[in-house]
Order: sequence, then structure tokens, then C-alpha cells
Amino acid sequence: MSWNRKHLLDIESLTADEIVTVLDTARAFKLVGERAIKKVPALRGKTVVNLFIEPSTRTRISFELAAQRLTADIVNFSADASSFKKGETLKDTARNLEALNADFIVIRHSTSGAPHFLSRVVNASIINAGDGAHEHPTQALLDAFTIREHKGKIAGLNVTILGDILYSRVARSNIWALTKLGAKVTLCGPSTLVPKTFEQMGCRVTHDVDEAIRDADIIHLLRIQHERQRKTMFPGIGEYTNLFGLNKARLAKTKPDALIMHPGPVNRGVEIDSEIADCERSLILEQVTNGLAVRMAVLFLLNGGKGPQEVA
Amino acid sequence: MPEPTVILNAPAIQRALTRIAHEIAERNESGAEVVLVGIPLMGDLLAFRLGKILSDIWKLPVPVGTLDVSMHRDDLDHRAAPTIHPTVMPFDVTGRTVVLVDDVFFTGRTTRAAMDALNDFGRPKHIQLAVLIDRGHRELPIRADFVGKNVPTAITEKVRVRLDIPNQPDEVVLEK
Repeated sequence: MSWNRKHLLDIESLTADEIVTVLDTARAFKLVGERAIKKVPALRGKTVVNLFIEPSTRTRISFELAAQRLTADIVNFSADASSFKKGETLKDTARNLEALNADFIVIRHSTSGAPHFLSRVVNASIINAGDGAHEHPTQALLDAFTIREHKGKIAGLNVTILGDILYSRVARSNIWALTKLGAKVTLCGPSTLVPKTFEQMGCRVTHDVDEAIRDADIIHLLRIQHERQRKTMFPGIGEYTNLFGLNKARLAKTKPDALIMHPGPVNRGVEIDSEIADCERSLILEQVTNGLAVRMAVLFLLNGGKGPQEVA
Repeated sequence: MPEPTVILNAPAIQRALTRIAHEIAERNESGAEVVLVGIPLMGDLLAFRLGKILSDIWKLPVPVGTLDVSMHRDDLDHRAAPTIHPTVMPFDVTGRTVVLVDDVFFTGRTTRAAMDALNDFGRPKHIQLAVLIDRGHRELPIRADFVGKNVPTAITEKVRVRLDIPNQPDEVVLEK
């Protein structure tokens, strides 16, 4: 088990072994969060910049706390307060951050590939915290971690991802991670949001929600992204909820040990009934706890230098 | 590559552990205050074995924990990220005598990291160090309290401790 990457840009280019390395490392960091003293000195003296050019609360806070628990310094840089409004380019912004000796840049951007671009123009380690509709690797890693913790494994499980797949970087990263780890992934939602082209990523596509969740071990709900939605993708929220929303009646027809996940923020009453979101089969808040552990693990692994893993 | 030299075979490892256990018992009259804390990957296996022997000597259960020290290492910038193992400390260390257990005592940096890591769990009354092999080359002012075997080595050599590997006898070997 070894890790030699400098950046975490996507899940697509990771091997199954690398994904498992992150999950195993995160297990140890989750235990750190349960101690009285929740801080370790692994990134002492390092500087992490949260470069969020698209609004985010939970991912930003999660990275912020992860960096602090590793004893790194962290600076937040957000779109509205930034020089982007004054016309500075992404490259110039990143170079300025580097001039402040940033060791890590955690970037969220509305353009796919922005983190990859940054990794070519600066020396800092780049972590993709979501780029357009492309990928959100730490979300997929925390989801895989949560599934493995509850089911003991990932290979062979039926995972159904339900909702707005087309615009979802969470879906893409999850599909990569879960299929690499041997899960059988089913995608479901309106045909406009779940085109058949996703079958090329190695998953099954269906538009019948009851059939999609019947044999599922994990039901992974995605938020309807009002901000990315064009009005023409489906007739209305009410119709979406009727046809694809997870409610008690639908849940009653699933396997009794099927678990529910959602990356948040939840639109209660749209993609999921309010009381189901809070039921004991829901892992939504655990995903948040695990997100912190996974992000600590990612920072820790990327911090490793070159050379062999073995200590002299 | 020359054949590795066997430094300790399985019975010799067991004898060394029995002797260390008696030395720990001699040093610490009240067994009730002692907890063993092993450093993965091999130190925790040795700690559990020592715990068993000590429980027989003292006629009381000796608590054993596992302490991963990777997050407290001072060489994290100079190497690929180390493999981390879960830390399990099922007891309070404050006011107790903690015997750190490791397989090979070399530069002393792992022990320093372990003492730092231990700090996050409380304030032990004493910390003692038990190692199976002391190979020398200390870089820090740290010494072991209990040593299974002193083995003079060249800095380029490697000492490997193999325990609990299926279908293989326990052994300690020196690789040139």
C-alpha cells in the first residue's frame, strides 16, 4: 500500500488500490476525530488554501476543519470577495496564492478541468473539490468509505444512484469509484437527466424507479440542482417528486437492509421525504462525519514526499 | 544478494519475550498500574504476546493498546506517506506506567513520535520502552529499558521481524 500522487484531480485516473489506500488511511483519521484531542501534527507548518470560485458551505468547512485537525494553516478565498470580480484570471490568482507559499490548493470551480489546469501551472498540490459537472473526488471517496463501513465491502453490492445524473459531478465520481471497486451501479431518473450514454461508464440505466431500487443495497439520492437546471429538463418539481422521489411507499418495497445516502444539501420533500431523510436507514449525517476523515486522509497522503515509503 | 542471516528463531523470540516480561515485572512491582502499548505493525503483535506472559506472572489482566505514530513522525516531508494503522487505546493512560513496545529500535525517531502521540491520550506516570531488537545508530537521546537482543548492524543493513505469517515460522533476520 503506497501513494505517490501529488494531486487529487479525479477518480477516473485512480486505481482500485489507490482508492482503497485512501479508505484505509481515512479509517485511522476517523478515530482521531473521536479522541478528546482531535488534532495531530502531521501537516504542521503547511498552508492550505481553499479556493472556492463557486459557493459551497459543507465541502469548504470540511476541508477547513480537516486542515486544522492536521495542524496546517488554512486560508479561505471565496468568489464574491475575490479579485475574480476585478478581472483576474484563475492562473494569476493561483500564482499569487503560491507566492504566499501555499502547499495545497483546494479548488472548486464551475468549469470542468479547472483543477487539472491549475496542476499544470503551479507547484502546489491541487485537490479538486468539485469542477463543473465533471468530478467531485472526495465526495465519492467519503461515499465509498461510508458504504464499506456499513456493508463491510463494496464488491458485489448493488448501488442505485437516483436523480439528476447529467449535471452531477458527484454521480460521475461515484460511478468511477464504485465500478472500480466492483459494485454494480444502476442509474435512474428522468430520461432527460439520465441519458443512455452513461452505460459506457459501465453502469445500468433505467427510468423505472421501483425497479431500480428493488434489489439495491445502497440508494444514493442526488439533489435536483435548481441552479444548473434548464427549465426544459422535466416538467416540474411536483412531477419529479411523484415519479422519482423516495417516499415511504417506495422504501417499503426495497430490501430491508438497504441504506440511504445523499451528498447534501437535501431538498426535503423533493427527492426525499422529510421523515425518510431522518430515519435510521439514512446515512446522511455519517457521510458528513466521514467526509472530514477522508479529507484528512487525502491531505495526509498528498503531503508525502517522493521516494520510498519505508523508513530508514 | 547474500542470504539473510537469522538473528532469532521462533523459540528464541519467545524466550526473549519471557525474559522481557520478567524484567518488566521486576521493575514495576504493582502490575495494576502497567499498560502495554504496541507500535504497529510488529510492536502491537509483540505487545499482545508480552501482555499474555505478564498476565500469567501477575495473575491479573494486563491491558494492551495499539498506537499508530505515523501522524507524529518528523520525516513526513522526506518520504511517501506512511501506511497508517488504526489506533486503539481502550484505557486511560493518565497516572499509569505505559510500556511502549516496538520490534526494532534504530534511530529513536519512532519512539519520539510515540511519546508525542501518547501525549494526546493523557499524562502517563512513567513511560518505559521495550524492544525485541536494538540495532544501534541512535539519532536522539533515547534508550530502551528492556531489550530482547542487541544486534550490531551496519547502517545499510535491514532487520526484518516476521511474526504471525501463515505457514511461516516466526523469525528475525538481518539482510545485507
